[in-house]
Amino acid sequence: MAQELGYLKETPSQTAGPYVHIGLTPNFCGIAGVYDADLGSSMVNDRTLGERITIKGRVFDGAGAPLKDALVEIWQADAAGFYNSPSEIRGAADPSFTGWGRCPTSAEDGVFAFETVKPGRVPFKDGRLMAPHITFWIVARGINIGLHTRMYFPDEGAANDEDPLLARIEHRERVATLIAAREGSTYLFDIHLQGPEETVFLDI
Amino acid sequence: MSEMPNRKPETGAFFPRDRNWHPPAFAPGYKTSVLRSPQRALLSLDGTISEITGPIFGHSVLGELDNDLIHNFAKPGESAIGERIIVHGRVLDERGRPVSGALLEFWQANAGGRYRHKKESYLAPLDPNFGGCGRTITDENGYYAFRTIKPGPYPWPNGVNDWRPAHIHFSVFGHGFAQRLITQMYFEGDPMIWKCPIVNTIPDRQAIEQLVAPLDWANTIPMDARAYRFDIVLRGRRSTLFENRLEGN
Ligand SMILES: [Fe+3]
Repeated sequence: MAQELGYLKETPSQTAGPYVHIGLTPNFCGIAGVYDADLGSSMVNDRTLGERITIKGRVFDGAGAPLKDALVEIWQADAAGFYNSPSEIRGAADPSFTGWGRCPTSAEDGVFAFETVKPGRVPFKDGRLMAPHITFWIVARGINIGLHTRMYFPDEGAANDEDPLLARIEHRERVATLIAAREGSTYLFDIHLQGPEETVFLDI
Repeated sequence: MSEMPNRKPETGAFFPRDRNWHPPAFAPGYKTSVLRSPQRALLSLDGTISEITGPIFGHSVLGELDNDLIHNFAKPGESAIGERIIVHGRVLDERGRPVSGALLEFWQANAGGRYRHKKESYLAPLDPNFGGCGRTITDENGYYAFRTIKPGPYPWPNGVNDWRPAHIHFSVFGHGFAQRLITQMYFEGDPMIWKCPIVNTIPDRQAIEQLVAPLDWANTIPMDARAYRFDIVLRGRRSTLFENRLEGN
């Protein structure tokens, strides 16, 4: 017998269920007075540095219907490429930028939206720079374990071409599922859970 | 946002997720998963700085009653109806280390099994003094506690006669976005756990048992509230001793 490594098992995931908005965005779904504001509803303030952008999109199921009971979270670097996190040891992030946002998809049309700034580039593990990107995490009824993916920018062609994650996508036509479309200062990023346009999801 | 105990920041990548321990995306016994499950393989990548970092929430986000669901929605002097319980435990990582500063958010049905939501159609009544959400942050030992009422079981449209066992939904933030987790806590001794299609999306019985909180008689408060103990384990990090390129040395 060898020594025991003694590692614990990660707590298994369970679906967020139909009422994730009660727990994570109670003001949004009419439970007023418990929290002042829903966490993650605002990422920027007047002093935040960088180019202001809006990200908008929907999450579609395999029948092409938008999810109206989903919750989307994003996590990103600031305009200079620093994360507002204790594990960021390369430098100090913009104190006026949280880097984290949370938005329920609307009960009417399933749209989520974030007011944020365009992130700077951050290094891959080997020091190469990744293209500017935003990490997405999606939960909903019927999703048994939260889905990670990334949004990249359509106006960063050269950076995207050398991005180590995008380079790992074997079926090249699927790279497009991670690249938003631009309309002025708004980036449109739809997520497809399955079907011909299925988004590339990450085990990361 | 940052408010962390004095500790060297950890920058290692997380242990890979054991996808056989978690429920698969496609679990046809839980019908909604059929059209909401990715069918292509996930793209596997060792965590980058975008996943090993994550937001940290300071105690300043918390209100006084956030960890007391019996009172945080109740009218002054009133309280939610139901079996009074304390839910408490520790948030650890896979290495057994406490995760301090972890934000836990929870939501649940009322004592009759009814959620405060406009799409909820179960005929059990709303409790005017129960909202159904709460949150707290773990202390330096990874410990947390909150007070609530025991939620009721409820029927849901899946099979003709499917019921959810009593449960509390948990959302957890550790120190890295790769640790992000949503799960559900069940109650020891509930025979309905084993009949539930959502529980049964988890293939391994031992993994299911990791979600079942035992009655913690020792911590029960006499004449007030029984206690249930629920420990949560988040992904562990690799030591960075041999992969310190990010530190630049
Ligand atoms: Fe529930």
